[in-house]
Amino acid sequence: MTWRTATIIGLRDETATARTLTLEVDDWPGHVAGQHVDVRLTAADGYSAVRSYSIASAPSSDGRIELTVERLPNGEVSPYLTQQVIVGDQLEVRGPIGRWFVWDPEQAGSVQLVAGGSGLVPLMAMIRWRASASGTASFRLLYSVREPSVIFYHEELRALSSRANSVDVTYAYTRVTPKDWPRPAGRIDAELISSATWPANLRPSVYVCGPTSFVEHTTELLIAAGQDRQKIRTERFGATGERK
Amino acid sequence: MNESMNYLDGNAAAGELNRIFAFDITAAQGQCVQCGATRHFAEAHLYMTCPGIVARCAGCGHVLLRLVNAGGRVLLDFRGMNYIALEMPEDEDSGV
Repeated sequence: MTWRTATIIGLRDETATARTLTLEVDDWPGHVAGQHVDVRLTAADGYSAVRSYSIASAPSSDGRIELTVERLPNGEVSPYLTQQVIVGDQLEVRGPIGRWFVWDPEQAGSVQLVAGGSGLVPLMAMIRWRASASGTASFRLLYSVREPSVIFYHEELRALSSRANSVDVTYAYTRVTPKDWPRPAGRIDAELISSATWPANLRPSVYVCGPTSFVEHTTELLIAAGQDRQKIRTERFGATGERK
Repeated sequence: MNESMNYLDGNAAAGELNRIFAFDITAAQGQCVQCGATRHFAEAHLYMTCPGIVARCAGCGHVLLRLVNAGGRVLLDFRGMNYIALEMPEDEDSGV
């Protein structure tokens, strides 16, 4: 798999610490929703760093992909990608990568998405692909965030979820809730799994993405709620410091 | 078994493994030599904070694979799997 040159053609802030980069990639072969790319930065002295980022955009044939990068306080690459780069800058990317944590509109059955923080990114590619391909699979998203201000793609999710036959979105706030929110701040629990996710007898395909501890916690709750372990696909991040 | 939360999934190794194999190994199933469980490689626990990559069985923690880049060579140790089973595209004729 070769490194390809990618040119930044757009930058958009999602939150105070996260930014979406639109890249035009030379000879991009196309991707499916859920895949990631490796990004390589090389300094003038030859030092290089590679990080993996999920693709946020739906598959398309225009050679463009979007990555949403969360800035990590002690990160080596993410501060550069979220604060330093400008339109016209070039990066190297390798991908698309991964055939496991993916969803295709031809896949039958209902879909349960569970996101922790920036773990929403690859799931958003699935939501966007379903919307652009006029998919009919029944989608539910349970999205856990620290507080309202760190929600990614808030307006887009609001618009999509207000359409008939689209994606049903439930937010879980772990630290601060919006005013008059019915559920107190806290981690996802068995009650929320039962009210906001597809029942096990529908045998949904389940995709869970977030920090490792989040994935462990929610996967255990989903299995306790009767979901089939074989139908649950997970993607963890955190150990390398800068995944997503 | 390492009980720390300092790991990713096998899918995070796809970029490195795709440099070596013609197909995406992370979507393949492999059998752990220690506990006998057969799982997709993407479900393995992946440790990337060491020099190189170590994948451990999600069930028993046994080392499935080690990969190190050193001095222009890739060292790949597949000791922990009895076999891997790959889904091949239908139009691929092996000729065997």
